[in-house]
Amino acid sequence: MPGNPQLNANGELQHLLSTEGLPREILVQILDTAESFAGVTEREVKKVPLMRGKSVFNLFFEPSTRTRTTFEIAAKRLSADVINLNVAASSQSKGESLLDTVANLSAMQADVFVVRHGSSGAPYLIARHVKPHEHVINAGDGRHAHPTQGLLDLYTIRHYKKDFAQLTVAIVGDVLHSRVARSLIHGLTSLGVPEVRVIGPQTLLPAGVEALGVRVFHDMRAGLKDCDVVVMLRLQNERMDGALLPSAQEFFKHYGLTADKLALARPDAIVMHPGPMNRGVEIDSPVADGPHSVILPQVTFGIAVRMAVMSIVAGN
Amino acid sequence: MKILIRGGRVIDPASGRDEIGDVFISDGRISSAKEKAERTIDAKGLVVAPGLIDLSARLREPGYEYKATLESEMDAAVAGGVTSLACPPDTDPPLDEPGLVDMLRRRAKVLARARVYPVGALTVKLAGERLTEMAELAEAGCVAFSQANAPLADTQLLWRAMQYAGTFGFPVWLRAEDRWLAHGGVAHDGEVATRLGLPGIPSFAETIALGTVLQLVRATGTRVHICRLSTAVGAEMVRAAKKEGLPVSCDVGIHHVHLSELDLGYYDAHCRLEPPLRSQRDREALAAGLADGTIDCAVSDHTPVDEDQKQMPFAEAEPGATGLELLLPLVLKWGAERKLPLAKTLARVTSDPARILGVQTGRIEPGAPADLAVFDPGQHWRIVPEALKSQGKNTPFLGYELTGRVRTTIVAGNVVYEQA
Repeated sequence: MPGNPQLNANGELQHLLSTEGLPREILVQILDTAESFAGVTEREVKKVPLMRGKSVFNLFFEPSTRTRTTFEIAAKRLSADVINLNVAASSQSKGESLLDTVANLSAMQADVFVVRHGSSGAPYLIARHVKPHEHVINAGDGRHAHPTQGLLDLYTIRHYKKDFAQLTVAIVGDVLHSRVARSLIHGLTSLGVPEVRVIGPQTLLPAGVEALGVRVFHDMRAGLKDCDVVVMLRLQNERMDGALLPSAQEFFKHYGLTADKLALARPDAIVMHPGPMNRGVEIDSPVADGPHSVILPQVTFGIAVRMAVMSIVAGN
Repeated sequence: MKILIRGGRVIDPASGRDEIGDVFISDGRISSAKEKAERTIDAKGLVVAPGLIDLSARLREPGYEYKATLESEMDAAVAGGVTSLACPPDTDPPLDEPGLVDMLRRRAKVLARARVYPVGALTVKLAGERLTEMAELAEAGCVAFSQANAPLADTQLLWRAMQYAGTFGFPVWLRAEDRWLAHGGVAHDGEVATRLGLPGIPSFAETIALGTVLQLVRATGTRVHICRLSTAVGAEMVRAAKKEGLPVSCDVGIHHVHLSELDLGYYDAHCRLEPPLRSQRDREALAAGLADGTIDCAVSDHTPVDEDQKQMPFAEAEPGATGLELLLPLVLKWGAERKLPLAKTLARVTSDPARILGVQTGRIEPGAPADLAVFDPGQHWRIVPEALKSQGKNTPFLGYELTGRVRTTIVAGNVVYEQA
C-alpha cells in the first residue's frame, strides 16, 4: 500500500481526506489551532490575514448549502478569495470528467480545493492529480468520510468534556450510510476514547463495523447507559421506508432520542447532531432544544475548525 | 513448415512428462519423426510447454473498439503464450446471433494468431428474458453459453435455459452471483468496504446463487462450468458437488488467487473487479482449491479498459483488468508459492482448460496440434504500460516485477510471436 496520501514528505498535513490514519499530533494541532480561531469569530472585525491572496475553490459535486456556506465563511475569515462551484449543475452534466474539471480549475490558480462528491474516494483521486502546491480538503465523499465534521465533533466534545481518556461516546442511527460516523469513530479512537458505541438496527450497521474499534448495540437503552456523549445521525428520507426500515415512526420509537432514553446516559451528557435534523425521526424536539443539546455550538465551532484546517494545509 | 525446437525443458502436463528434449513440428502437428527441419529454435534453458488456454478473455469486438481491437488483443494473447482463448459474449451487441459469431471467428482467423472460441449468449442481448438460438449459435462456432457478468435473476428462466442447452449437450458457463444481493455493490462486504465506505457484495451473493445452480445441475444433468469463483465457501461447495459426481467444473480469475480486499488500498480502481476481491481467507482457499483440483483452471478474465474509465472514483470506475500477458507469470508465481511441480502448475492453464473446452490442444504428444509456448521461467520483467501489447494497461500489478516471459509462441505449427 502506498504511503499516507494526506501527508507530505515531512509528515505534515498536505490534504485532509479522512481522519483515519491521521497522527494524533496532527489531530491535536488542528483542535488547538481551531481554539485560537474561536476568539476571532467573536471579534467585531472577524478576519485574520493568514490566507490573503489565496484562492479557495468550493467544488461541490453534490448539493449542500450548509457545509459549503461554513467553508465559505471560514475561508473569508482567513481573508482568502472564495469561488463557489456547483459542479453538479454545470460541467459534469455536460459529460466532462472529474479530472478534466479539476485540471481546468487548477489552471485558474487554485490553492485549496474543498471537495464534496457522492462517490467514496473521489477526493483521493483528485489529490493524486493536483499540483504539489494545491491542497484538497474532503467536505464529504459518499459514505466514506467527512473529516471536518468529525473534527468539529471532536472539538465540541473536548470543549465540554476535556479529557478524552475518560469518555463513553454513543453514535446512534444510520451508521451504514454515514460518513460523519466513520470520521468521528476514527478520531475518537485515535484520541484515546476508551469506549465508542454504535447503536442501530442491523440493517443500518455496516459489515464488520466492530473492526473500527466500536461496541455494537441494537438496544438503544442499553447502549445509552452511562454515556457522556450521544451523537445522533441524520436518517435520510429515502431510507425511511423500504428494505432497511419499515417506517420513520417505528425507527423513532426504537432509535429516536427522547428525554426518557437520554435519562439513561450520565446526568451531564451532551447531545450532538451533525444537522440537518429530522425532528421526530431521530431526535425529539424537547431534547434537540433542551439543556443537554450542544447542536448549535457545533455549528459555531465548525467555522473555527474549518479555518484551522484550511490555514494548516495552506501553510504546509 | 518443419520446425525443430531443440534442447528445451519439455513439459507436457497431460502426461506428466518433464525432461530435456527436442520437439519436432511437421504439418502443424507435433511429430515423432526426425526429418530435416527447415527451422531450428534453440530452447536451451527455456521451457517448452503447450500453449496456454485461457477460458475468459475479452477481445472487445464488436462494439468496444475504442477500448481494444481484435488486433491488439490477439497480439497480447500470443505475447503471453496464449494460443487458445474463449471470449465471453458481453460484446456490443452481445454474441447472440450466428452472424456476429461468424464474423468474429472470420476476423480472428484472418489474423492467424491465437485460436478463438466464442461463448454464445444464453439469452437474447443477455437481457435474461428470452433464450438465444443456441443450436444455430453452436453451428456458427459457439462452444458454450453464458450470461457473462449479467447473471440471471429469474430462476425459472435459468432452469429452462439449462434444460434447453442440456438437450443438445451444450455446456453452460455461469458466474454464480445473486443479482439482488450484488445489486449496487462494488467491493467485498467486509472490513475494507466498511472502512472505505463502499457498497458491499456479501459472500453469500455467490454461495446462494451457486446453491441454486448446483440444484439445477442435479435436476437437469446439464454440464455447467462455474466461472470466477471468489469465496472459500463457494470452493467448498464445488468440492462437495464434484465428490457427489455432478458434471461441474470451475475456474478462478488469476487476480483472485493473488489479491484480496486489502489491495484496494486507497481506492485503487485497478482492483475494481467482477467478482470483487474478497478476504485473505477467501484468497487462500482459492489458491488451495486451484492446487487440489477443486478449481479446474485459472483464467486471465482479460478485460482491457481505457484509462478514462479507470481514472474515476472507485465505484464509478469500469470493472476489469488486462491479463492475457500476465496469466503465465501469475500462474508461475502461484505455483512457486505453493511449491508445485511445474507440470502441475502449467496444467491449470493448458491441459485442464483443454479438457473443459473439449479440444485436442493443451498437450505435447505426437499427432496433437502444434500449439506451443516457449518461455524463460527465470526472466524477470517489470509490468509497465510499454511492456504490454494489449490496449488495456489496467492492471493491479502495474509497477510490479514478475517472473517468466514468453520467447516464442507457435499456433498450428506457425511461429506467431517471437520476443523482440
